[in-house]
Amino acid sequence: MKVTYSWLKEYVPLAAPAELAKQLTLAGLEVESITPVAPPFAGVVVGEVRESGRHPDAEKLSVCQVTTDGSNRLQIICGASNVRAGLKVAVAVVGAHLPQGVTIKRAKLRGLESNGMLCSARELGLGDEHDGIMELADSLPLNQDLRVALELDDAMLEVNATPNRGDCMSVFGIARDYAAAQERRYLTARVDPVAARGVWEPGTAAFPVTLDAPAACPIFASRVIRGVKAGAASPAWLRERLRRVGIHSISPIVDVTNYVMMDLGQPMHAYDLAKVEQGIRVRMAEPQERITLLDDKEYELNPDVLVIADARGAIGAAGVMGGRRTAISDATRDVILEAAHFAPDAIAGRARRLGLFTDAAQRFERGVDPTLPALAIERATALLVEIVGGEPAPVQVTRAAAGGATGVAEWVRLRRSRLSRLLGVSVPDDEVHAVLCAVSDRVETTSDGWRVQRPPHRFDIRIEEDLVEEVARLRGFDRIAESHANAPQVAGESTESRVTNDRLLTAMADRGYREVITYSFVDPTLQQQLFPECQSLRLANPISLDLSAMRVSLWIGLVQACRENLRRQQTRVRLFEIGKKFRVNGPLPGGDLQEIETLAGIATGARCPEQWGVAREALDFYDVKADVQSVLALTGDASSVRFDAETLSCLRPGRAARIYRGATPVGWLGELHPQVAKAINLSNSAFLFELEINSAFDSKPLQFNKISKFPSVRRDLAIVVDESVPLAVLRENVTVSASGLLSELRVFDVYRGPGVESGRKSIALGLILQDSSRTLADVDADAVVTAVVARLRDVLSATIRDQ
Amino acid sequence: MADSLTALVEQALADVNSSASLAALDEVRVRLLGKKGLLTEQLKGLGRLNAAERPAAGQRINDAKTSLQAALEMHRIRLEQAALEKDLSIGVLDVTLPGRGQESGSVHPVTRTRLRIERIFAQAGFQVVSGPEVEDDFHNFEALNIPKNHPARAMHDTFYFPDGRLLRTHTSPVQIRAMRAQRPPLSVIAPGRVYRCDSDMTHTPMFHQIEGLAVGESISFANLKAMLHTFVERFFEQPLGMRLRPSYFPFTEPSAEVDIECVFCHGTGCRVCKQTGWLEILGCGMIHPNVLGAAGIDSEQWQGYAFGMGIERLAMLRYGVDDLRLFFDNDLQFLKQFP
Repeated sequence: MKVTYSWLKEYVPLAAPAELAKQLTLAGLEVESITPVAPPFAGVVVGEVRESGRHPDAEKLSVCQVTTDGSNRLQIICGASNVRAGLKVAVAVVGAHLPQGVTIKRAKLRGLESNGMLCSARELGLGDEHDGIMELADSLPLNQDLRVALELDDAMLEVNATPNRGDCMSVFGIARDYAAAQERRYLTARVDPVAARGVWEPGTAAFPVTLDAPAACPIFASRVIRGVKAGAASPAWLRERLRRVGIHSISPIVDVTNYVMMDLGQPMHAYDLAKVEQGIRVRMAEPQERITLLDDKEYELNPDVLVIADARGAIGAAGVMGGRRTAISDATRDVILEAAHFAPDAIAGRARRLGLFTDAAQRFERGVDPTLPALAIERATALLVEIVGGEPAPVQVTRAAAGGATGVAEWVRLRRSRLSRLLGVSVPDDEVHAVLCAVSDRVETTSDGWRVQRPPHRFDIRIEEDLVEEVARLRGFDRIAESHANAPQVAGESTESRVTNDRLLTAMADRGYREVITYSFVDPTLQQQLFPECQSLRLANPISLDLSAMRVSLWIGLVQACRENLRRQQTRVRLFEIGKKFRVNGPLPGGDLQEIETLAGIATGARCPEQWGVAREALDFYDVKADVQSVLALTGDASSVRFDAETLSCLRPGRAARIYRGATPVGWLGELHPQVAKAINLSNSAFLFELEINSAFDSKPLQFNKISKFPSVRRDLAIVVDESVPLAVLRENVTVSASGLLSELRVFDVYRGPGVESGRKSIALGLILQDSSRTLADVDADAVVTAVVARLRDVLSATIRDQ
Repeated sequence: MADSLTALVEQALADVNSSASLAALDEVRVRLLGKKGLLTEQLKGLGRLNAAERPAAGQRINDAKTSLQAALEMHRIRLEQAALEKDLSIGVLDVTLPGRGQESGSVHPVTRTRLRIERIFAQAGFQVVSGPEVEDDFHNFEALNIPKNHPARAMHDTFYFPDGRLLRTHTSPVQIRAMRAQRPPLSVIAPGRVYRCDSDMTHTPMFHQIEGLAVGESISFANLKAMLHTFVERFFEQPLGMRLRPSYFPFTEPSAEVDIECVFCHGTGCRVCKQTGWLEILGCGMIHPNVLGAAGIDSEQWQGYAFGMGIERLAMLRYGVDDLRLFFDNDLQFLKQFP
């Protein structure tokens, strides 16, 4: 909200603007900016045009005789079309300094001398108007410095009131809080009543008002003003005040209601009496009730929207915006002013639902002081009568019979002990008392502290803690000294029952992968291409279609990140991410949702970064498998890990493995299906892996195995088997027949080609044999080899290839 | 005989010193000192001398032998030295050529920042906890004292699912879950992804927060200030001014925004702090009794503080990143800068 320094100052003495901004900010009213109302300039005074005639040599220039003190005559050449004799103008005299470094000198224009300049608003940095020179009010005294005449040494403050502080959404409200913070003074608004004028017969003065929704609208103040001047304009001071707080001048009646709202915080509305059919009724909207509001749009209202209605239907969405049908126009002669109290609950959210954001709704949903309506009506009346004349009827304040909740303001207690325990400092009683008395005019001391009657404008003071905040806030948070808690010492934890995410991050990074963070919502089309079999949770209000489906795998984001990097001329990309995937079991909506924390990665490009002395080779399945195995080995239980050839639609058949720990599937590894890669414009082959963290990285405390003191013996064997025999089967059979002496089995070559029949492959195995109780002799090793060879021959039709 | 020995020694020394290789040197040694070597023969010849001559002759031969042995040893060292030097001279590498093999990857700067924050608080006894990202209205709003139609909901541009569930707009729902799961006293922090339906220069629809919470019998606002001030000084590794501004969050009372002295200009005013000298970094306050109540905790006995901060914001300030969106572009040229 914008307020001006000069306006605030009418209510309370102020520090200089910069200091004021700091004081307000530290009391909870954040000042977002302070802007001078006018840029610096000097030497501009109020003058009057005495004569104006056409320049003999220039059609568009006028030769003016201007006085700045009533007796002098300055000849000034002016190009504005609105210059005329008798006009009060802003005269930049010779020697004046204008914004942007302009200095006014005596000059000749088309042969005639000009002793100064008549200024437009834009030339003085006071606005964008450049259609003509400024037309000053007749009442301004000659020769007065324009900065004084127009109160230009003023600043505009953009104040950000938090949503709980509806009471600070007015100039008076901010002044009241400032007075409490700086002076410990409880400021009250004083408004002089305006007596009714003219003849008001019973029945005409009392325009009938009925309150059908007493909880939503318990108070409705109104006043009829008859015979206002049609077509009058708002005075310059009013237009300027509104302009400085960001409100456009529309008509005197609308300007006055806006002015009172900005001044006191009470939103008001004015109806054209002639257009209101019979009385006013405040009620909830009827089913499918329609109304055209002042923005000329038609709205259908929900039954929870409060409306102001007349005999024909709704004439306004209460607290949000008035209706078109009864709006004020230039032809309006008789006016009904409205200043009502609408309960925050009855207004909150309604404007937003209609797609509207209005000053009135903003205030009502935060809470407007229920004692304001009568004051606001009086202030508006005084201004209106001054500007447009007319005969005001008596003020009429209609109260709902049921009274609503506004009648009695509740008392809130503050215990001394609670205050010091919450803040962690003790505040002297007299200070607490002074603060409370600045917050409310009803404060009582009790045996253990105080009780305070909630002031009617403070909707945020309901419980003891709210008063604790007032004491802390108005004294200043900086006066609460820092002190460390005396927390009991409790041992922390450091688990080994799972490989921690920190460890996984380090491990992946150390293996050359770069961590990325991709959005949890993805493009459903891309997701469908990768995981046609998975249903995904879709957002009802996505930011865009390509961010509308919750990811069922981290691969969608990784594939995209990989593709983007390839587009950015990277050739070798290795990325990983740790995050949740979202799987839905059962029918949507409402299906059972699982958030599964996952480690996933993608790799493409060369096996090694480009370098000297290492041949450039493309990465393959086994490179990435090694990375996956290495992180799984962090569990200390690598032997429980199994890779089974299985199929997944987005992985290339024959190059896809499901990863198990024991019997539990924990993830996938494979090459992106070439068809999918093509469909998503990924030109390189890419390898993907995914591990579900909770199941893949369970770990048990490690158990030490005794180290054998006896040397090991190695025997190498080249076994030829059918292509279809996987190493896992070979390993199983070797292990079984090695009768417990096999400490390690190394695969050091896989060969196909001359010397091996087609359809068969040769696998070179290194058997490391060791016993924990003795040194193995050659005969022991030979016996193992014989047993192994025999079993492989019998079970797998294996042959031994000649060394 | 003395002359012949002298001549022999002279010749032998010449042979030793002219040996070009260790093998040649060994040949010379064998020829002189071997079982049938010339000097060995001389020693054997002593027997033919009379007893009077024998000691002196023996002495001479032994002297000759000693000097030859010394010469042999010296030349051997010389040859080995020469061989080593030759070997070294041909093994010279260009040490400026790059090393071979794989390169290291990296951890995302947001994660890096999160881990640092976690560690700083963990050392103060905070336990790291987490909660779901798909939340219900109760945990994200109701239990946090944000009823329906509350103006504060307008500040949270919430992503909804058709069934009424939503993506959490802050990490605060973990407060409720943590307090329901553990009875006080407790100190926890909850990092994680949060979502808001907002995307422009300074907003991404997903970002990260860390929520902190401490509940005890006398955990106070003064304790909160001390904890946060220590935190920011540890995080930025420098002494920093800090101020708390009264603010409003439905789930804390009193509530405050925390500003730190600008880490770029140290309070003198710069572009980053918009000339104010202060940087807003987090929101905090004393947990609202309604929130304690929603978690089933008696607010007469227990009280505490809560705070929440944006991890990206801290990462940007720490590393001088000037565009939030860079964190989610996942450009290798960006990621490589955070080893």
